[in-house]
Amino acid sequence: MAFYRAAPYQKPVAIALVLLLAALPFGLTAFGQEFYIGFATRVLIFALAASSLNLVLGFGGMFSLGHAAFFGIGAYAAAICQQAGINEALIAFPLAMAVAGLFALAVGAISLRTRGVYFIMITLAFAQMAYYLFVSARSWGGDDGLPLLGRMTLAGVSLADDTHFYFAAFSGLTVAMLFLGRLANARFGRVIQAIRENETRMEALGYPVFRYRLVCFALGGALAGLAGALLANLTGLASPNLLVWTQSGTLLVMVIIGGVGYLYGGAVGALILLCLEEVLVGFTPHWHIALGLILLGVVLFAPKGVAALFGKKHG
Amino acid sequence: MTQLILEQALNGLQFGLMLFLLAAGLTLVFGIMDCINLAHGSLYMVGAYFVAAATQAADSFWIGLGAGAAGAAVLGLLLELSLFRQFYKRDHLSQVLATFALILIANEAVRVIWGAQPVMLNPPDALAGPVEIGDFFYPAYRLVIIAFGLAVAGLLYLVVAKSRVGMWVRAGAANREMTEALGINVQALFTAVFVFGTALCALAGGLLGPLLAVQVGMGESVLILAFVVIIIGGIGSIRGALVGSLIVGSVDTLGRALLPTLLRALLPADAASTLGPALASILIYLLMAGILFFKPQGLFPARA
Amino acid sequence: MSLRLTALAAALLLAGSAHAADPIKVGFVSTLSGPGAGLGVDIRDGFNLAMKQLNGKLGGLPAEVLIADDRQSPDIAKQAADRFLKKDKVDFMTGIVFSNIMLAVGPTVFENKTFYISANAGPSQYAGEQCNPFFFNVAWQNDNLHEAVGKIVQDKGYKNVVIVTPNYPGGKDAVSGFKRYYKGKVAEEVYTKLGQLDYAAELAQIRSLKPDALFFFLPGGMGINFVKQFVAAGLSRDTQLFAPGFSADEDVIKAVGPSMMGMFNSSHWAHDMDNAENKRFVADFQKEYNRLPSLYASQGYDAALMMDGAVRDVKGKVSDKAALQKALEAKRFKSVRGDFKFNTNHYPVQNYYLRAIGKDASGRVTNKTMGTIFTNHADAYVASCKMK
Repeated sequence: MAFYRAAPYQKPVAIALVLLLAALPFGLTAFGQEFYIGFATRVLIFALAASSLNLVLGFGGMFSLGHAAFFGIGAYAAAICQQAGINEALIAFPLAMAVAGLFALAVGAISLRTRGVYFIMITLAFAQMAYYLFVSARSWGGDDGLPLLGRMTLAGVSLADDTHFYFAAFSGLTVAMLFLGRLANARFGRVIQAIRENETRMEALGYPVFRYRLVCFALGGALAGLAGALLANLTGLASPNLLVWTQSGTLLVMVIIGGVGYLYGGAVGALILLCLEEVLVGFTPHWHIALGLILLGVVLFAPKGVAALFGKKHG
Repeated sequence: MTQLILEQALNGLQFGLMLFLLAAGLTLVFGIMDCINLAHGSLYMVGAYFVAAATQAADSFWIGLGAGAAGAAVLGLLLELSLFRQFYKRDHLSQVLATFALILIANEAVRVIWGAQPVMLNPPDALAGPVEIGDFFYPAYRLVIIAFGLAVAGLLYLVVAKSRVGMWVRAGAANREMTEALGINVQALFTAVFVFGTALCALAGGLLGPLLAVQVGMGESVLILAFVVIIIGGIGSIRGALVGSLIVGSVDTLGRALLPTLLRALLPADAASTLGPALASILIYLLMAGILFFKPQGLFPARA
Repeated sequence: MSLRLTALAAALLLAGSAHAADPIKVGFVSTLSGPGAGLGVDIRDGFNLAMKQLNGKLGGLPAEVLIADDRQSPDIAKQAADRFLKKDKVDFMTGIVFSNIMLAVGPTVFENKTFYISANAGPSQYAGEQCNPFFFNVAWQNDNLHEAVGKIVQDKGYKNVVIVTPNYPGGKDAVSGFKRYYKGKVAEEVYTKLGQLDYAAELAQIRSLKPDALFFFLPGGMGINFVKQFVAAGLSRDTQLFAPGFSADEDVIKAVGPSMMGMFNSSHWAHDMDNAENKRFVADFQKEYNRLPSLYASQGYDAALMMDGAVRDVKGKVSDKAALQKALEAKRFKSVRGDFKFNTNHYPVQNYYLRAIGKDASGRVTNKTMGTIFTNHADAYVASCKMK
């Protein structure tokens, strides 16, 4: 069996990273590159979304192709909260997590009865349903999405300023990563990884396999909801495009590039993919071809992802 | 009223048969080699572009259709030999990533070669109008598509159900290792199935070209529908793909046509006009979730 | 990567130097791929033609036009606009085709105090309560062309009409605009998904309703397919088609062909309008792109001229926002549609004409202007606009 365990140098690296990320917006401002604060925030948010999928896929071993639904529902929940007069992130964000988590709970309760390819497809089907619901819901903007009137406040402080918002996303990601790190090595994390490796044995040992999986799936959904709520605040729009299946595909790509089942796999993947996009866009409008070739290269030559270099699985 | 019902039924049949052309190749590739091919929709798109280009070059829709499908088959052969072979041994995750990468490459390559604007194909002039049978009107071109789809479906059924090659294909879908042990070259069989599936994709793309538009991204939405079809029908089963296609085609068409009217009779007009389109578009996914709930292997499971 | 570093170094070096040396930058975000691409491409080509005639200058100053494709997605448009506003620090924005995208991008543009010259999207929100000093529309308010069609359908005495539009704000504006002047019976309002291309189910439903006229608003590829399938279904024999100019312009005519003959539509501009500016525009456009311009192209062309006139008026000092706003409001250019003026909500007050599709002298199927529907027509929302 291969449980996740942090590499010995992971802690100092993490601390250095936190310090670096905390200094980043000030550095960017000093060089007049404020545009990249928004970009960095985007990376942080997608790091959170991809990490939430990694919890489901990497640790729980559940191949979901509908994760974008939870991401999108989180975004809509935030926008709807604001429409209803709740402009405080400390209330709206947990609400978004709850709604996305509950939806994931319902989807999981039905989907987890199926296995393999059928699980992939039924999660996809539920995501498509959510997508079409939002596309058709005219009071929530239909095809156009639901715009936010402005960014929310966090504990009374406005997030309109890009640097403020960067730190909100940054703290969200940091807390989530700490939580995921603890979870992976706690009893729950061990059980869920053991189920991934050998479901039958865990069932025989008397573990309520279905319930463990379901909780893991719902947790992943809730974290994706948080990422969605943050993204809606960043772009000022909750759009049905967030729920489209290619968005689920993009999140999957991030996790797979970064490293499935490695704590930082999702985050590393999000960073790599978005930076690739940013750099390639500067060279050619047809950067998708380059990106596709790189992805093919990853599958053929580095199937374990990049984070495999940083964390270890031990047997 | 008869006109309306008959017309909608034909529309559903036409949509279902086109879905079948797409789903047939997908279900076999999936069934025999256990390979998730997200790029199947891209083959449909590229095939449609081939047909469009050949039609413009030959100035004849039917020659263009044949030449485009042949071109797509060659492309399928090259792809199978160079790339897809590598994917079979990999897990589903790698297959999804690799074929997702192919989608990105295909979409962008098409954009580079044919431009970002849709290519509008026209049906042959003789088929541009309606067919009249007494009081009944129906677009001639759609009738031709239906005939074409029925012919291909019948042929495919004969090949898969009656011929020796078809027997190997069915055996491969049911149990690959056993088929290999019996001395059948599954590798070559798969190449053939893949190439054939690609040609069917191109046919569907070409036939639908004059009704829709040949454009970048046309494969993504239809791919999901094709997946729904083969999941409902049972992965690896041609019969399942046919039944699944017809179910999805008619449920989607009838839902779009009847639900808004039906709801208006039950609900206030405003709620009905919001709920109608929403329900109509999620109907087939509800259907799929429902079928999987009761029959987790689809209607006609190929594997024992 | 090195390209980027050089650009960064250059930016740092230039940061202290005078702004006068900077070119006037225009951020052009438009739909250049997908079913709506034809519209964006026409706006872009019209805009570029004007830039070419102006020798690449706006108001006599060197200008740079940055172009991005929004792929008809509000998210992508927003990201592209963000890049133009915050990274490239553009002086003007323009190009957006669809109102839903406009409404998503608008707030960012206005927050950055950058002038947006809309060459197409004219949402009712920005004409009424949410009107903004930084938003100008050089084309029309969304409802206007539909109002004109409603008037014509009413005047011609049709009694039983079906309406087909996509389910998005532009579509809803179309319905309310049409019904503002058409008072007869509406048998059915059919809402389709934006980007839908197969109308088999809807056409069967329309056949069963037996309308005497059909009003549809389906821009780009949607309209092309709808008309083709409408004719193929044999519906054109008993039902007269009406549409705003968007759904019956040269792009659609080229794709559908002679079966569109006899269709009526409304527009604020037509390629056969008799004024010197228009003659030059139509001739040059045909020479440059080898096709007839559509109303979208005329709007893109006018947007460039409008920027040119305003920049010249403020003598290149685009940083003086108040002066630039005044110059834009004063409309310092000659439009290809003839004279018009801006209302207090920065939307045009202008004439609307009836066009019919038929054969011109050279046997080409195209639009012909038949008469005037409205004179100096304003939009219905201006009263609720409190421009700051």
